[in-house]
Amino acid sequence: MLVDSPPEPSAETAPAPPRRRAVRAAGLLVSLVVLVLVAVASIAIGAKELSLEQVWHGLFQDSGTYGDVVVGERLSRTVLGLLVGAALGLAGAVLQALTRNPLADPGLLGINAGASAAVVTAITFFGVTSLNGYVWFAFAGAAAVGVLVFFLGGSRGATPVRLALAGTAISAALYGYLQAVMITDEAALGKMRFWTVGSLASATSDIIWQVLPFLAAGTVLALALARPLNAMAMGDDTARALGAHLNRTRALSMAAATVLCGAATAACGPIVFVGLMVPHVVRSFTGPDLRWILPYATVLSPVLLLGADVIGRIVARPAELQVGIVTAILGGPVFIFLVRRRRTAQL
Amino acid sequence: MKAPRKQAPRDQAETAQAAPARVSRGRTVRTVGGLSVRVDVRAFTVVVLLLVAALTAGVVLIGTGDFPISAGDVVRTLLGNGDAGQEFIVNELRLPRVLVGLLVGASLGLGGALFQAISRNPLGSPDVLGLGQGSTAGALVMIVLFSGTARQVTVGALIGGLVTGLAIYLLAWKRGVHGYRLVLVGIGVSAIVTAVNGYLITKADLVDATRAVVWMTGSLNGRDWEQVWPLLGLCAVLVPLVLGNARALRMLEMGDDVAYALGVRVERTRLLLLVAAVLLTASATAAAGPVGFVALTAPQLARRLTCSPGPNLVPAMCMGATLLVVADWASQRVFGADQLPVGVVTGILGGVYLLWLLVTERKAGRI
Repeated sequence: MLVDSPPEPSAETAPAPPRRRAVRAAGLLVSLVVLVLVAVASIAIGAKELSLEQVWHGLFQDSGTYGDVVVGERLSRTVLGLLVGAALGLAGAVLQALTRNPLADPGLLGINAGASAAVVTAITFFGVTSLNGYVWFAFAGAAAVGVLVFFLGGSRGATPVRLALAGTAISAALYGYLQAVMITDEAALGKMRFWTVGSLASATSDIIWQVLPFLAAGTVLALALARPLNAMAMGDDTARALGAHLNRTRALSMAAATVLCGAATAACGPIVFVGLMVPHVVRSFTGPDLRWILPYATVLSPVLLLGADVIGRIVARPAELQVGIVTAILGGPVFIFLVRRRRTAQL
Repeated sequence: MKAPRKQAPRDQAETAQAAPARVSRGRTVRTVGGLSVRVDVRAFTVVVLLLVAALTAGVVLIGTGDFPISAGDVVRTLLGNGDAGQEFIVNELRLPRVLVGLLVGASLGLGGALFQAISRNPLGSPDVLGLGQGSTAGALVMIVLFSGTARQVTVGALIGGLVTGLAIYLLAWKRGVHGYRLVLVGIGVSAIVTAVNGYLITKADLVDATRAVVWMTGSLNGRDWEQVWPLLGLCAVLVPLVLGNARALRMLEMGDDVAYALGVRVERTRLLLLVAAVLLTASATAAAGPVGFVALTAPQLARRLTCSPGPNLVPAMCMGATLLVVADWASQRVFGADQLPVGVVTGILGGVYLLWLLVTERKAGRI
């Protein structure tokens, strides 16, 4: 069976004692500071070395010098990394709570497959070649698959197992299509092999503005779902008894996760590991309360994504490693270490 | 299954059979020697039907190609009564491909069922745990870095799969291997290896990349007897070994403590079955590439067809074989001979069938 164990009635879901709450709030603050530091590093570090003065100049007294242009480019890359990172982490946390399966990630519900299939269609059949052009296709594909999975998984009384199976089934079919196209159309393969690893390098302010409304709406919606999702973690019957609207919560959670992942994937390709790992890490020190998991995931996911992006720029200078590759190579061992270190916190 | 119920009164057996099938799912078959076997009628029927389907599809597949041969001629040739031309085409060109398909499908189905049972998670298939990716990494290293021959790629894939399996087991080991930890560690390893694969493909030139993608999709093109014999030998050893431990596995599904109390040597059984599953999956992948979703969907489909609990090892095996051969036939019929590799179709076919099951079972209110 899918991991669907009834959660242990732990003290964690009860209101935390004031001291623990203070510690968690302080931790969140520290995480924010770390995020700012990583963001600054992401602007300062790259193929062209810049001093902090130049960074400052580029950020606040832009006069069009070479350094200023570089800072501008890296700024949009950093902003996109922040947005996408937060979106992936939040979506992962919401999906794991929704499916009550700690293995749930956007890939599981078919969202990556939908976006990938739409992009390959755009390249092969509509002749789209620019990254800006991919965005809408990817988003439409992700959204279509999200809706389809939700209805196939059973819009009324969607159970976690059915959602996961529906997602897997649709992914299977779409990846078959994707590979068929890539094998028959070499030009599509040439582009797709770079798109599918996930990269922030193509960030422009255009792309940011295209996805920003979706990311903002999804983030607000996801953060607002913490309470009902907390109730749902107790199992359907208990949740109903506690007054949660099961179907409404499921529909809204799917909507939030789909919008977040869809927009993130549209902007920079499928980055797979962030949404799976960060909620895991966060859960290991916050416990199962989503009112803490969601904000922590929002702050710490971009730390991972931007950190990985910076490292990808340093190790292969002057070329760079795509962020999706670095995230997995860095995150994988950490993830395994965490899994080994403790009895994984159940949802 | 031997049951010491020699003196069971005849009338008691009659009542057991008269009872609704839902209560006692099995039928007891007694032999004259005093042995009795409990047979799950539905599971048995499913296995027989799947075998028939697999063999029929195999015969049809042998007859399909640029030089079509009727099913009757195929059977005649297989029995040794065909003419020389047909014999060459059937025995040398097409039979090995079909046999590789059957063996790979069976191995993947069985390996998938084992992994899903050991991890106690329907998503805990070798694809998800990273074994497929491990084999792919081995093959990609050969293709991209060394521009290796087909045989080198096969060896690379085999080594990649086995090393990944070993790494997952060792990393998940901590006073025993917990099913849940196994899945999570597998996912971590899978993510790392996938990233490495993605990197290798972006570094390859386009010709190598195309070759790599075809390999990664899984294909039966150009398979010959050289692939059949090792696979057959391995299956001949591993399948009886696994089936002999099926009862222990079924008890393992109830949880380590219960299984231990019932007399199962938990860790030893699990290690044995895991090694068998890794060997089956890695060798199947080395022979045909990581054919997508067979290991994931075959056990699920088998379970839904037999409607019986437990790991459903034999039905899953037959399902995998049927799925792969039917998919290969479909890919040749629909897209033309050797245009698209079989992995494309298994993905689409498995996915669509799983969806269909979801929809129908939802209507029947069974899930």
